[in-house]
This record gives sequence, structure tokens and C-alpha cells, in this order.
Amino acid sequence: MTAKTSIVIAREYLTRVRKKSFIIMTIIGPILFAAVIIGPAWFATLEDREVRVVAVIDSSKLFIGHLPETDYLRFEYLENTTVEELRENFDDTDYYAVLYIAHIIASTPSAVQLMSDRQPGMNIRMHIANALEKELERQKLAAYDIEDIDRILESVRTRVSIRTIIWQDDGGEKESFSELAMIVGYVGGFLIYFFIFLFGAQVMRGVIEEKSSRVVEIIVSSIRPFQLMLGKIVGIGLVGLTQFLLWVVLSFVLVVVSQQLFFPDIGTPSSETVVAEELFTSGTLQQSHPVADDSHDRFGEMFASISSINFGVMLLSFLFYFLGGYLLYASLFAAIGSAVDNETDTQQFMLPITIPLIISIIVMMNAIMNPYGPIAFWFSLIPFTSPIIMMARIPFGVPFWEVALSAGLLVATFIFTTWLAGKIYRTGILMYGKKVNYRELWKWIRYTG
Amino acid sequence: MELFSAREVSKSFVNHRALDNVSMSVPEKSIYGLLGPNGAGKTTLIRIINQITAPDTGEIRLNGRNLKPDDIYRIGYMPEERGLYKKMKVGEQALYFARLKGLDKKTAMKRLRHWFEKFEIQSWWNKKVEELSKGMQQKVQFIITILHEPELLIFDEPFSGFDPINTNLLKNEITGIRDRGATIIFSTHNMGSVEELCDHITLINNSKSVIEGPVNGIRDQFKLDIYRIGFEGDAQKLYDVLSPAYEVLELTGGRAGHHARIKVHSKSTENVLLKLLMPHFHITSFTEEIPSMNDIFIDLVQQKTKVNN
Repeated sequence: MTAKTSIVIAREYLTRVRKKSFIIMTIIGPILFAAVIIGPAWFATLEDREVRVVAVIDSSKLFIGHLPETDYLRFEYLENTTVEELRENFDDTDYYAVLYIAHIIASTPSAVQLMSDRQPGMNIRMHIANALEKELERQKLAAYDIEDIDRILESVRTRVSIRTIIWQDDGGEKESFSELAMIVGYVGGFLIYFFIFLFGAQVMRGVIEEKSSRVVEIIVSSIRPFQLMLGKIVGIGLVGLTQFLLWVVLSFVLVVVSQQLFFPDIGTPSSETVVAEELFTSGTLQQSHPVADDSHDRFGEMFASISSINFGVMLLSFLFYFLGGYLLYASLFAAIGSAVDNETDTQQFMLPITIPLIISIIVMMNAIMNPYGPIAFWFSLIPFTSPIIMMARIPFGVPFWEVALSAGLLVATFIFTTWLAGKIYRTGILMYGKKVNYRELWKWIRYTG
Repeated sequence: MELFSAREVSKSFVNHRALDNVSMSVPEKSIYGLLGPNGAGKTTLIRIINQITAPDTGEIRLNGRNLKPDDIYRIGYMPEERGLYKKMKVGEQALYFARLKGLDKKTAMKRLRHWFEKFEIQSWWNKKVEELSKGMQQKVQFIITILHEPELLIFDEPFSGFDPINTNLLKNEITGIRDRGATIIFSTHNMGSVEELCDHITLINNSKSVIEGPVNGIRDQFKLDIYRIGFEGDAQKLYDVLSPAYEVLELTGGRAGHHARIKVHSKSTENVLLKLLMPHFHITSFTEEIPSMNDIFIDLVQQKTKVNN
């Protein structure tokens, strides 16, 4: 009996992993992931290469020569021009934008305009606003004529960074990094959502294909319908696992390789970052010490936070919730496939399956913001949403009993749905040319024979 | 010896009765016709034999004992609607079905090679099914059906979609398989092939078995006692010679000779009729009209419908 199910599993698996679409997905997936990780940083470096010159017409005469320039942003102070003149000849100049500062700036901070023939970049706007604020602040402070003002300012400026510590039951402490946990939780939950939909739909299409091509009639004269259904679900589930593992490996390789290509200097930890990490882990920000260089600080944080996520646990729980969620939904997808004659008829039955999945995605947003709240708690127990919600919560650390309860409920439910789906499937696959509704399905479930 | 039998098999679905007390007995090494109009219940019976569904009541026996799950290895089934995976390669697919029927890979490969050579279709091995014509797909389906060398084979409309040459090829294979010891249940609407191939039949109509028995016996049973006679002589004399118990239905002919169709109303034998005619005519041919299965089929089905109406 099981030997035959494994023949079905082998066919379902092999025909799918040899398909061009599988191979293409396997290659494109990691490229997309890598692009999402590497892309924004890379584009940012690209954009900054262009040097932009902003013309400054300063009626207040407060800022001439005082706006800080960067490698890619220059200011040119014009004295004998008006905005109108500039506007007329704007196309002939190389200016990126025109900054107009009215003379009442000190009393009316909104009397500044940045004009251009296109939308000026946000970073430029922020840079200018920041520079103006600082300069005004400096000049106003200077007006009080305090001695040693620069040194005082330097010593009072303190940067605060909050470390979150979780007290463990065993008395130990664990440092948590909410941002990273959020990202990992989000990605994990979303991947499960994506895989359930992708491979659940494949199960459904497979069943419809067998039914409409009448292959099913031959197969069920050799094996029991339930074995066929189970073989298909397991076979396609294995395809999903293969795809996932290939993605993980390939994404990792791609990210490392492209990091080396685009950002060779940050790929390997330099001695500086090690120092920064020491500084970070020692946890003291001395007052006398000037604000630590931003980039060093971030590297330290990255190292510490990545090591705070237990990737073994993450991978294991991903595999469990992926399989549990997949088995639950795939059996329902199989039941739908068996009840219809072609894919266009699936709509009415798809809704009850899609809704809990979509609710999961919405609740997940809430759960990663508030992983211990009642919504996150309950939805991570309900089997129809728990694969996604619990996955999103796990990076934050979830009490063992909650995970165990949620896992137990999930297993019990997928056994139940598989049994239920088997009953619908058995009748459905041999039923042709009949418009099936829910009442009909209910009859099939109660039907014994 | 009886290989397969069904006894008083009934099966109901949610709102209709598909089989009502149907019995049949299939002798070993015979070709058994399962006849009936569309929707009569043939497919349900075949699915019961294949254990795809179970009967509500009644007994199904194979080799004298009740059907058990392992018997699916001893049964081969070719459904009317051919079913093959369109995107799967022919060879791979044949191997898959063979293994589902319990063959190990090595045996399956050996037999497949034999049949692919026999049908001269080795070049299809790596083709996808969707690249083949309908007739070609049927051949593949046939091989898949018989590969595990079952004792009982069920063919549902096996000749549909075949050209005459391939129909002949298939007929020869089917009789060949029977001669090698298998028993065949053959479901069809094609009465010509029933007369040609079948030893026994069952006719199912409206979920009930209407008639069962050997083909020759059934045709005898439906004889209308009409004789065709070829003769030479004065045709008009025919009416004088024959008593009122005989009715001349048709009289044709010319210089070369005459043909008459005569219906006998009383119980009579061929010899009595011949004795009446021989003194007056020179008889050139004499045959009894035996109704075709086609006529019997139409007759029975329409009779039933009339009764029901």
C-alpha cells in the first residue's frame, strides 16, 4: 500500500522538479531576494555619483558660505539675481534647484523655498533643512555670547541607543533586537503564505488535470483514491521543500558574491568593526567619548543582532509550520480540484480557503508590532492562521507551551482536513458534468461506500 | 469454468439507482460482451469490478471467491475515455502505470520493450503524449492495460478512434490474449464487433439486466422464423403450394431465378417447408434469417422504453 503511494510521490516530485518553470523559479527567486537586499544600497550609491549644484539666493544674508556641502551636493551663492531671472533661464543653467531664503527667515522659519523644474530629492531637502536649522541655531546661540559655546555643545550632545533585554526564566539575560526580529518574522510568515498558495494551487491544478484528462479512472483502478491524493500532496510538498532549500542556499551564495562585487570593503569584518563590536557589547557610552562613528556602530549592532537570532530554531520551525500549513491547505485544495471539472469552476470554493490566508497576512502585521498581544496569541493558536502568525512571532521568542499547543492543534487539524478532503475527493474525481455546490459536497462527506 | 460472476448486484447513488439486481457469469477464456445504451449502468458495473466503488448489495466473485483488494493486480481496465498524462513522456508514463499495477521496474521494462517492438512504436518512447494522434494514444493505452498480464481484462469501447487497419490489429490482439488464457469483458455499442468477437453477452438497460447468455443462443431466441429461399420455376405457383401457415413476405427475381422471404407462422421445421417446395421448384439456396445483434439490441431497448412509457 505505502509502496504504491511512494510511486505516486516519486512521479509527482520528479515531473515537477524537471519542469523548466521549476528551474527558472529556482534561479530567479534568489536573484530577486538578493536584488531586494543588495539593490537599494547599490542604487543609492549609483544616484549619489551625480554632482548637483543648487543656486542659493539668500536675502537674509545669514547663510552665505555656511551651508555644508557634500561630495555630490554643491551650493552656489548668487547675489545679483532674482528668482524670476533664474526661472526664465533655468534650462540654460546647470542648476539642479534654486534655494530662496527670504530675509525674515529668523522669525519665520517657513520663508524658505526650494524650486526646481522637477521634484527635488528628499535627501537634498532634508540636508538643506537640517543645515539651515543648525546654522540658525548656531547663530542664535552666538547672539547670547556664551564663552566656549562650541565645547559646551560638543559635550552635551549625546546619542541614545536603546538595548532591549529579555529576562530568561533561568535567570539569564538575552539581548533582543526588535527590528531584526520583525524582519525575520515578516519574511518567515510571508514565505509560508507564499508557499501555501503556490504549492496548494499546484495540488489543485494537478487534481483537475488528472480528472479532466481521465487519467484518474486508470489510476484508481490500481490504487485507492486516498493514496493518490496523499501521494500528490506529499510529492508536491517535497517539491516546495526542495525549492525552499535551493533558494536558501542560492540566496546566501548570491548575497555573499554580490557583496564582494559591489561592496568589497564591507563584506569582511575589519579590525575597526571588531573594535566597534567590543565597544558595543561593553555597553558603555562614555560621556567624554565623542559619538561613535555611525557606520562602526551599525556594524557592531548587525553582528550582535544576527547572532541573537537562533537560525537553527528558525529553520526548524519554518519547516514545521510550512509543512503543517501546507498539508492543511493542500488537502482542501485537492478536495476543490476533485469537485470541479475545470479551473474556472473553482472560484466559489476558493473563497473560504483564501480568506483565512489573507486574514493571516493582515494579522501578521499586527503580530510583528505586538508579538505578545491577544490578537497575535489567539491567531497563532488557530490552525488556519497559526502557520503564518506563529512563524512571525517565533523570532521574538515564544513560550514553549504556546508553540507546542499551536503545533499540536495544527497537526490534529491537518489530519482532520485530510480525512475530510479524502471523502470529497473519492466521490469528486469520478463525477463529471455536474455543477457542484456546498450541499452536494456535504452529501459526499456523509456518503459511505 | 466460470472466472468471474456478479450476483444480484445493486448500487444506488444519491438520487438514482445505477444497478438493480444485476447478475452475470463470465466463463473462463471467453470474450464477454457487456452491452447497453448510454447511462444504463455499464460504467458503474465496471467500476465495481475494478473496486473503484463498492456495490450496496450483491456479490462479486473472481475465480470462485469474493473479490479482494489484491485482485486489482489481476484485472486490466481500459476505460472508454482514454486517460494519459498529456505532458508526460510515453515510455515514462507506461512504466509508471505498470508499476502502479504491481510490476517491478525490470519486468515492466522488458515487457514494454516487447510490446513497443510488436506495435513498431519504439520511436514514441521519448515523445510526450500530446504529440501523438488519438489513435496512437489508444495503442499506448492498450499496452498499459495489458502489460501486467491480467486474468481479467475489461475494455470499454476499445475500437473508438481507431482506423480499420488498427481496429483489425487490436481485434487480433484481443483474440490472441483470449487464446493465451485471459478472460475479456468487452463493453461496446458496436454490435458488429460483438457478433464477431463475443461468446456471451449481457444487455443492461435502465439499471437492469435484460438478457444474458451465449450470443448464438440469444440470436436463436430472437429468430422470427423467416427463411430466404432461392429457386427456379414458376414463381406464382409459390402461393398455391404454400398453406396459410406460411406467409410470403417478399418475392423478387427474373430469368436467372427467384428469391423469396417466407415467414412460418406455425411450429414447423426447415424440412417440412423444403418438402412442400421441392416437388415444384428447383431450390438453389435455403437459409434461415438470424437477427443481427444490432436488431436485437434496438428491439430490446425500445421494447423496454415502450413498457416504461
